Amino acid sequence: MSLSSRAAATATESLPAGARERKRWVENVPSRGWLPRLDVAELWASRELVLILALRNVKIRYKQTVLGVGWAIVQPLAAVAIFTIVMRRLAHIPSEGIPYPVFVYGGLAVWIYFANGATTAAESLAQYRDLVTKVYFPRLLAPLAAVMPSLIDLGISILAVGVFMAIFGVAPGWEIVLLPLWIVAAVATTFGVGVWLSALNARYRDVRNALTFLLQIWLFATPVAYPSSLVHGAWRFLLYVNPVAGVVTGFRWSLVGAQPPGLAALVSLATGLVVLATGLVYFARIERRLADFI
Amino acid sequence: MRSVEVHDVTKRYRIGDRWGGTVRDALSLRRSRDPRWFWALNGVSFAAEEGEVVGILGRNGAGKTTVLKILARITEPTAGAARMRGRVGSLLEVGTGFHPELSGRDNVFLNGAILGMKRSQIRERFDDIVEFAGVERFIDTPVKRYSSGMYLRLAFAVAAHVEPDIVAVDEVLAVGDAEFQRRCLGKMSEFAREGRTVFFVSHDLGAIAQMCERAIWLDAGRVRHDGPAARSIELYVAERSREVPQVEFPRDEAKEVQLLSVGLTDEDGAQVDAPIRDRPFAIRVRFLVRRDVGGVDVGVSLMTRNGTRVLEESWSDRSQGVAPAEGTGVFDVSMLVPPVLAANDYAVGVSIASPYQRFVDEEVLTFQLWPRPDDRRELSDRSRLVQPEVGWRLESRAPVEPVEGQPPSQ
Repeated sequence: MSLSSRAAATATESLPAGARERKRWVENVPSRGWLPRLDVAELWASRELVLILALRNVKIRYKQTVLGVGWAIVQPLAAVAIFTIVMRRLAHIPSEGIPYPVFVYGGLAVWIYFANGATTAAESLAQYRDLVTKVYFPRLLAPLAAVMPSLIDLGISILAVGVFMAIFGVAPGWEIVLLPLWIVAAVATTFGVGVWLSALNARYRDVRNALTFLLQIWLFATPVAYPSSLVHGAWRFLLYVNPVAGVVTGFRWSLVGAQPPGLAALVSLATGLVVLATGLVYFARIERRLADFI
Repeated sequence: MRSVEVHDVTKRYRIGDRWGGTVRDALSLRRSRDPRWFWALNGVSFAAEEGEVVGILGRNGAGKTTVLKILARITEPTAGAARMRGRVGSLLEVGTGFHPELSGRDNVFLNGAILGMKRSQIRERFDDIVEFAGVERFIDTPVKRYSSGMYLRLAFAVAAHVEPDIVAVDEVLAVGDAEFQRRCLGKMSEFAREGRTVFFVSHDLGAIAQMCERAIWLDAGRVRHDGPAARSIELYVAERSREVPQVEFPRDEAKEVQLLSVGLTDEDGAQVDAPIRDRPFAIRVRFLVRRDVGGVDVGVSLMTRNGTRVLEESWSDRSQGVAPAEGTGVFDVSMLVPPVLAANDYAVGVSIASPYQRFVDEEVLTFQLWPRPDDRRELSDRSRLVQPEVGWRLESRAPVEPVEGQPPSQ
């Protein structure tokens, strides 16, 4: 031992002073108790990795596609067309005093962000299986990086909605300045749902199969293609417990000037926060043993 | 200075009904209430200093990789504590996190970030990494078009430039060519000279002897010996050579044809425990045929640990297609291997088939072909497949004649 420690001493001296100070002891011990450890400093230190993982997702998504980012327009446009025909022409759904296509696009833009983000996040841990079992990194980065690429699509959608507004002669009101806040709310909600799904999917691959189906139902349980004022009585609780309802209503109000979000929408936002908080707790609990069972 | 302290670490896994799976498993009432546990590590303690290269040896399942995973914080211990001073870089598998669709350049940044480098650091070292890997011309090509050698070199180049304080390396030598292995070892020695602590898991005792002053022998999740590498290797080898390379299979009435046992013998049919490379040995396959299936043929293959198939023979290859086993019964068949193979670890694969059906086709046994006592154990052992008795002879020796117009060199 004496020989190796002497060798070690000389090696340390030759290191630059900064490198020596940087070293700190890290521990790997069994976690105890019910509340998880959330190392915010570590997350902050890995912010570049989040961006790089997010960029990787973007690049992979558009590799070997002809349309590339064009898909961010085609996908919602098709949905807008279908909803306009079915909901407006056939079912005569009201649209809060603005042209229906503008109304539905305003909601769809943020819904599609949510649906894509949640789907990508659900797969994020399973997709990084090799990484999870071979390298240490804060696992929370996987779902976090998954909800970012779709922001590009959301941005494009917002521009497209702007074009629609110009065509149909709808001017944005003062509420437009609140749009960034609604985008933050959308990201937080999507991340919250995504954290839950990614952790569940790491454990039970059923999530993958259930999700497509779940999102279809979820879309109709959310006031995207219809105004929330249409929901009455007992059904109204759907708006309260649905964390996406508030985001969609608020986002649409802010962007195209539909009805402002009411009490139900605000409760729904709070539900979103609860989902996020419980998701983080659940995630941190399974994160400890993730590499053992994923 | 102390850089790693592992204190009484235990890691337990559940066997059989694993965590994970489907919701149905989780809801199932038939889940066993008395899970069987597997103790991957059972009260392991050790410490290491800066600049130390510590080898970890032991047979498969002894807990070597689990130790590295705990050091790298990939998984947490069931009990006990591991403390590491500084950043731990793990090289459990070269190329983890590479994405086939992305270019070499993108993958360098991605992989570097995953391994803990900042963008600015990667940019700084980018040219070094690419040069080390020797893939300058292909750096903007998607790595799915790389040859496996290029892929491996680039991946290792990134990992080698991360500069963690503690490095955990698992079996990197199991892949790649001799040149690549030399670079890996060179880089690890360099790490140690720079005052980093290196943990090095390998099956290759020669590489451990060469790289490490100290080695920890793990056996069934416990530290059997921790001390000078030469001593740990000696103790480990002494124990391994007492093991009997023989497997038996339980009888299964449902099978028409089944394996009963596979083992090693010498040329006279006596069981051998530690075959040595300069003596012939035989692989004996005992199998049972319950129903006449029209004659069965037996095949045996040998594969080195890194997946190279060195031998594949079947009975019918040598006897004009006549099957050895007609009718029913218990058959004992052995294949004699002449003394040409290099000392190495081998996996034995056995196949049993009738003209119409394949009954058995699996890897059944691993054994070690031991070097001769006077063999020099060197790293290059792993890259040779055969080691027959070649002859060396000095044919002649002539004095050096000076070239005209040049002064004779010293």
